[in-house]
Amino acid sequence: MSTTTTLRRKGSVSRRQARAGIALVSPSVIIVLVLVVLPILWTVMLAFQDVRLIQIRRANLFGNYTLDNFINVLTSEALWSSLGTTLTYSVLGTGGAIVVGLMAALALRNAFRGRTLVRAAMLLPYVSPVVAAAFVWKTMLNPQFGVVNAWGTGALGWDQPVSFLTTRTSDVEILGLTIPVPTALFTVIAFEIWRTFPFVFLFVTARLLAVPKSIEEAARMDGAVPTQMFRHIILPQLLPTIAVLSVLRFIWTFNNFDDVYLLTGGGAGTEVVSVGVFNYLIGRGDIGSASAQALVLAAILTVMVLIYMKFAVKDEEVA
Amino acid sequence: MTVMKETPIRPSSPAARPPRKRHFSRDVAETKLFRILRWLVIVGLLVVTVFPFYYMITLSVRDIGSLISDPARIWPNLAEISFDAYTSVLASVADGGQGFTGFIITSGLVALGTVALTLLIAIPGAYAVSRLQFFGRRQISALFLAVYLFPSILLAVPLFVFFTRLGLRGAVGVLLVVYVSQTIAVSIFMLRNYFQTIPESLEEAAALDGLGRIGTMLRISLPLAGPAIMSNALFVFMIAWNEFLFALLFLVEDRDKWTVSLGLAQLSGSLEVPTTVLMAGSVILTLPIIILFFGSERLLSEGLTAGSDK
Repeated sequence: MSTTTTLRRKGSVSRRQARAGIALVSPSVIIVLVLVVLPILWTVMLAFQDVRLIQIRRANLFGNYTLDNFINVLTSEALWSSLGTTLTYSVLGTGGAIVVGLMAALALRNAFRGRTLVRAAMLLPYVSPVVAAAFVWKTMLNPQFGVVNAWGTGALGWDQPVSFLTTRTSDVEILGLTIPVPTALFTVIAFEIWRTFPFVFLFVTARLLAVPKSIEEAARMDGAVPTQMFRHIILPQLLPTIAVLSVLRFIWTFNNFDDVYLLTGGGAGTEVVSVGVFNYLIGRGDIGSASAQALVLAAILTVMVLIYMKFAVKDEEVA
Repeated sequence: MTVMKETPIRPSSPAARPPRKRHFSRDVAETKLFRILRWLVIVGLLVVTVFPFYYMITLSVRDIGSLISDPARIWPNLAEISFDAYTSVLASVADGGQGFTGFIITSGLVALGTVALTLLIAIPGAYAVSRLQFFGRRQISALFLAVYLFPSILLAVPLFVFFTRLGLRGAVGVLLVVYVSQTIAVSIFMLRNYFQTIPESLEEAAALDGLGRIGTMLRISLPLAGPAIMSNALFVFMIAWNEFLFALLFLVEDRDKWTVSLGLAQLSGSLEVPTTVLMAGSVILTLPIIILFFGSERLLSEGLTAGSDK
């Protein structure tokens, strides 16, 4: 008898708990459903309709469905070249941020006077508003009065100022070879690395705190030199963190809009897909094509999110 | 720890161990090299991260003429330091300025409103997801993670179209709601992780003392989560204050409604406003974030490792 009463009591407690849980979580769920999930579904429908910004008030659920947008988007040279640009941008941006962030975390691992301040300074590019950061970079790189070109043509003896953000490619001579370098693209990648390496730095620093010193001391007793310590002791312990960070950074860099739009507006060979979506939407007022291109982006993104979730299950710390 | 088992420390196996003496010198050489490299990296990174902000400040107190005639000089002459750029950028358009005072008010209201609304909605949500058993809990958690990873550019098209159709696109309130929808997922994520670290025995004790679920949440869990909520609030403020894309999509047509980010981005495209004046605008845009950040560096970096922006 006592078991049945406890069971019943337990049942009502868990029912009450379930009710409280749903009540507490539903405002969040409703907002996310209405402003994130439904809009994404709506994008799918818009992508199959011929909708222009000017006749937006006539657009509805039961318009004429068509594949034209996808045909336009997928057969246009622009999409494929911008996908290539986006890929270069994300791979180099992510890789650079990981390498620089890792170096920063290792360099700042051991305490010294003023380390707290240096650590805080490292985070500046990441926390500061992207619009202000992009504007300062644009000014620094300005061919007429930017400090980079002033020093380049002055102290470094460049022949002429380089307009970093509007030059598609420039030839650089190394060892007698002339190599075309995508100037503007590399500049936006440098900006991306500058802005996001602190993110990697933070996570790697946090992970390094958990690396027990005793193993390193033991290895040191066994005669391991610094490079071996890094290769065989520190790096293996950081690898899961680095893997998760790479996927996470890649996802966000792949879809980054602000940085490229603010620096170049997508010109000079820097048109990444997200800037392309924006240009379809605002520049041409072609909602259907903008949606179709956004969906292409979303499809790629979904694959990456699934990869991330797979990693994150193994390594919960960064989630 | 499992990693350690898979990677034997090679030098400890006798065959791989190089002769003692050569090894010793390699060790010394490497240690010296890394000591130098370490300082090069530190100084290099410090210059690279701090210089743009230093440059921003010096330009904001210089005259545009002096900048154009001597762009290589990176410090202002004492005689030329002036704060005219600040008065000019803050003054209203009617007074011949750029109207940044109005932008600051808009940005501040939107950011504070986003923080308040997000916390109000996300705290109970996070508590429920971390503590209470209910149907669909895991799916909801997964939904929030997916939303958190989804970038805003994908929402740009449908939200733009939707609010244009409703005729509400220019409303500041709509922007605020969109911001809340963007920050809620990451908030729930950060707070959920924190709630999970509070020992359940504490809450059970409170329940034994006769506190109900909501009472336990309000009196026990919330006060304990205070620091986490604070860092989450800072983080949400930072996202909303810095945000650019949705402000651009929603508010660009009406200058009176611009946020600081949007105002700076729009004006930097025009040739009429001197760069030094806009640099003053950049300082104004950046300063609140830097003050918040240095005022609570520990809190915020904890917040940043718990979540991230897009």
